Amino acid sequence: MKPAPFDYLAPSSIAEACQLLSEAGGGATILAGGQTLMPLLALRMSQPFILIDITRIAALKGVTRNAGITRIGPILRQNEAIADPTLAQAQPLIVTATRHVGHHQTRNRGTIGGSIALGEPAAELPATSVALGASLELTSTRGTRRIAAEEFYFGPYATALEPDELLTGIHVPEWQSGTVWMFREISQRPGDFGLVGLTGALTVKDGRIERAGIAWFGMGPTPIKARQVEAALLGQSINTLDPRALAELAIADTAPFDDHHASAEYRRTVGKRVFASALSETLNLRAAA
Amino acid sequence: MSQHQINLTINGRPHCSTVEGRLTLSDFLRGDAGYTGVHVGCEHGVCGACTVIVDGNAVRSCLMLAVQADGSKITTVEGLAADDGTLHPVQQAMKDECALQCGFCTPGIVMTLTALTNCANKPSGDTLVQAMSGHICRCTGYQGIKRAAMKLGGDAA
Ligand code: FES
Ligand code: FES
Repeated sequence: MKPAPFDYLAPSSIAEACQLLSEAGGGATILAGGQTLMPLLALRMSQPFILIDITRIAALKGVTRNAGITRIGPILRQNEAIADPTLAQAQPLIVTATRHVGHHQTRNRGTIGGSIALGEPAAELPATSVALGASLELTSTRGTRRIAAEEFYFGPYATALEPDELLTGIHVPEWQSGTVWMFREISQRPGDFGLVGLTGALTVKDGRIERAGIAWFGMGPTPIKARQVEAALLGQSINTLDPRALAELAIADTAPFDDHHASAEYRRTVGKRVFASALSETLNLRAAA
Repeated sequence: MSQHQINLTINGRPHCSTVEGRLTLSDFLRGDAGYTGVHVGCEHGVCGACTVIVDGNAVRSCLMLAVQADGSKITTVEGLAADDGTLHPVQQAMKDECALQCGFCTPGIVMTLTALTNCANKPSGDTLVQAMSGHICRCTGYQGIKRAAMKLGGDAA
């Protein structure tokens, strides 16, 4: 099908975009990479009066590092992120997660911010932002606010983003040296959303886990921070840790559901195995390094 | 319903057109510009048949608006073979490996392989095969496609 008619606007500044959003009073939709929105328009599941294309706003591009924070411009294309030397150095987990988003062809258009702002619960980047403790910068004509990624997601495609707000930056704290990363995704085919996905970071110092950030995707209505197992991991010696013994706790915060791809029970069972194998592999790598 | 003037280059030729905001790039290329080698299978980003090269990158043209292509350089399958009919190396590899049956998915696959093999750092056969996840072939001719991709990556199939 063809999209229903709309007015297309391509502002060149954040201020202009926010002004347009505010004037539209909820009737406008933001177009970034369009790899999710365009199908919704074609199927007429989304019929905005106004489409605001933000990809011509130079201030929304680029990756910068400052005082222990990596700031990602939301319209960074996913394939640009994969090739970005700053991200590779400062945020390798984001690069790994992005490799799993869609297909090569959709990653050439799809953006980091688009995926994060959309809030698909089985997507890689929202969960990775939650795991790493990222905060999201939201801008409107009323001003700019920051919200933790962990508090941003309410439900499938439901987020704290107000209709007049634009995601203008993703601030990811940098994890110190000694951090190891884990990322696992079980999906039917490459490019599909995860049936079960695990993403996280562990900082190991003097053989003990000093910091842990772990989140699930595909395991509930939002990305889910594995708070209980994070707490249990802190202070543990990596030599005596038994990943299998922690597997039950690892899924304790999740709320998986049945759908036509997999049952909740399948997701829980696979989640436990994924956690145990990811953790032991990650820590072995650490021991070997 | 906004109208926009766009200027772009298609297969080396400059084009100027006025388009409605909602017109997809795939419909523009087929209908307005006449490049019917751009095949539209699903029209919502699933099949990859509509893949074209925009500013060097393989993208799904049904997932882009024509107005967004303003100022860009586009290559469709019509832009690959030489004027005398000599096939582009990707087309030749597809032909040699019998990588098509009905040919509906073929232009999209050819455009992805062309964009990737044009890159400065030459991709391996495996990388090319992985990029085929973005294409669906309903004649299920994947083995031939895979062989063509491996060959183009310099690997034996
Ligand atoms: S027609 Fe564009 S992906 Fe199927
Ligand atoms: S050759 Fe027929 S769809 Fe691929």
